[in-house]
Amino acid sequence: MKNLRFGQFAGLALVGSLALAGCGSDDNSGSGGATGGAGDVACFEGTLNAEGSSAQKNAFEEAAATYNEMCPGATVNYNPTGSGTGIKQFIAGQVDFAGSDSALKTEEKDGIVETDAAAETCGSPAWNIPMVTGPIAISYNLPGVDDLTLTPDVAAEIFDGKITTWNDPKIAAVNAGVELPATDIKVFFRSDESGTTENFTKYLKAAGGDAWSYDPAKAWPASGEGKEKSSGVSEGVKSTEGGVTYVEWSYAKDNDLGIAKIDNGGGAVELTGETVGKAVEAAASDGEGNDLRLTLDYATQEAGAYPILLVTYEIVCSQYADAETATKVKAFLTHMASPEVQQGLEEIGYAPLPSSVEEKVTTAIDAIS
Amino acid sequence: MTGRSTVDEDPRHPLGGDRASTGRLGDRIFGGLATTSGILIVVLVTLVGVFLLWQAVPSLLKNEANFLLSREWSPSGANPRFGILELAWGTLITSVIAMIIAVPLGVAVALFITQYAPPWLSKPAASTIDLLAAVPSIVYGFWGLNIAGQYFQPVLSGIDGALGWLPVFEDQGTSAKSTLAFAGMILAIMILPIVTAISREVFAQVPTTHKEGALALGATRWEMIRVAVLPYGKPGVISAAMLGLGRALGETLAVLILLSTLSANADWSFSIFNGGSTFASRIAQGAGEFDTPQKTGAYIAAGLVLFVVTFVVNATARIVIDRRKAFTE
Repeated sequence: MKNLRFGQFAGLALVGSLALAGCGSDDNSGSGGATGGAGDVACFEGTLNAEGSSAQKNAFEEAAATYNEMCPGATVNYNPTGSGTGIKQFIAGQVDFAGSDSALKTEEKDGIVETDAAAETCGSPAWNIPMVTGPIAISYNLPGVDDLTLTPDVAAEIFDGKITTWNDPKIAAVNAGVELPATDIKVFFRSDESGTTENFTKYLKAAGGDAWSYDPAKAWPASGEGKEKSSGVSEGVKSTEGGVTYVEWSYAKDNDLGIAKIDNGGGAVELTGETVGKAVEAAASDGEGNDLRLTLDYATQEAGAYPILLVTYEIVCSQYADAETATKVKAFLTHMASPEVQQGLEEIGYAPLPSSVEEKVTTAIDAIS
Repeated sequence: MTGRSTVDEDPRHPLGGDRASTGRLGDRIFGGLATTSGILIVVLVTLVGVFLLWQAVPSLLKNEANFLLSREWSPSGANPRFGILELAWGTLITSVIAMIIAVPLGVAVALFITQYAPPWLSKPAASTIDLLAAVPSIVYGFWGLNIAGQYFQPVLSGIDGALGWLPVFEDQGTSAKSTLAFAGMILAIMILPIVTAISREVFAQVPTTHKEGALALGATRWEMIRVAVLPYGKPGVISAAMLGLGRALGETLAVLILLSTLSANADWSFSIFNGGSTFASRIAQGAGEFDTPQKTGAYIAAGLVLFVVTFVVNATARIVIDRRKAFTE
């Protein structure tokens, strides 16, 4: 115990000085909180293992890399095997925490209630902590059309194969003044099971109303051409004129695909970090206390809120059996939730947590023991 | 290069030790190692089969669809429904296309190298073909997707224009580079070195007496190849084709990258210009989300079918080769 304290203290001192140095050379010292309160950026020695959602892989690696810069003695591993595997490994006690595209399920599925099983492993309730928000872009390839707006009904009919050409009157009706070509629409979907598909179909179901008859699922229920992973669908759209898909923002940006504005009824909303933040802020929290599971309102008509997104969680024990693990988890997650890291995520295609949510997240992380 | 004993029927008993040297240490070690290796590989394959069966059976028992004849694939949940019809079709058609292209081409290349090419050319040509086998399959996949694929669209349109009235050649609107036909072509390139290398070996072993005999009887070079080289090499070519087929059936990454999968509600089509899945590509797609034993079992059941099919293909090849042997020479 004594050793641990000493280690923490040394770590803090080291980080403090590094963070100060960082502030000195950086101009945007608007949030100098990193150097302030204890427990803000604490270093640990050793290894922290997490596993799960591939949707947050890049964000996680970014956070791990910056953390490692400040704490050279700490290794944070993330194995992006998918949300399901991550949760399974967490329940089996193989990893320190899990990353997941959806909060732990409270209903029985395949004989397991995830929430209960995780609590049993932890010996305390497991918490879902929202950490990374990944907007899903409806990406298209239409040379000459830079500005495309879609309403949920129109999007649903496109992705269901009911609207087959880009100059369909239904698309034209929501895109006044845009010259639409007569190109055939080619829908690309994820052939592997994916949280992106699940969230996108949730959106179509919630906002598209009668136009979308399928239930939300990880496997694509409607029509189109299936491609492997996000890289596959974005490549498909990029090489096919008239192609359209749903894909994480970063892939749409990297491949220079057109990104449709979404009009849920409150006006066309462009996909930016800010508009996504607004939607996250509007999400209702339905967990108890520090269990921050969010229910997104996909049909939100709030002006300026981009409604298609997935929130990925870190799933942690509220009380770790091993105090050292708790310290590690806290130290790293605090860093990941910090404004510096969150703002940096926008560059790689994620949206930062809005400040009100970030506050709750920080409170929850502090309460881990 | 006189490995004739592999093909010739030798009436004598095979050579055996006379037990005079069995007591020596070196003999015992070498003999032991060889025997262990032989047993090990048999045990290993058996264990793989048993493992697949073990994992697959519980899921198969819960399956509510016809495993062999259903096109559905929803292996999770309380009422799993999954069948392999679509996978079997995708696997079969891509492999057949690959064979149709690769076997004649491979045989022709092997004949060129062994019968036509001058010695200074045959060695480098052989090594170049072998080099094809050294390219990782994922590279073929990306090459097909990003470079070769764009040139297939006109080919597809041409065939569709001329023969589109045949269901097999009907354009389904799938991007050309993501069709079963194009995946089969890439597979053909991948199995070409296997077919070529083995065919080359057997063609090189054709006894000079056979060839000279044919030529002395007034045969042209083509006739000599037809009456002397090809009949002699037939079992070798068959086994080359079967080995290639084995690889084509199981190829995963290139197919996974290239093929567009069909949506759940797509109509059944026999067109080779359609998307689809093979056993291996479907398993690779699902591998990220094997979250329950039941779901894993469904994929493993598909793997089991592939295992059995490959086994049958290889066994058939063995039988064919053994029967053909009797007629040579």
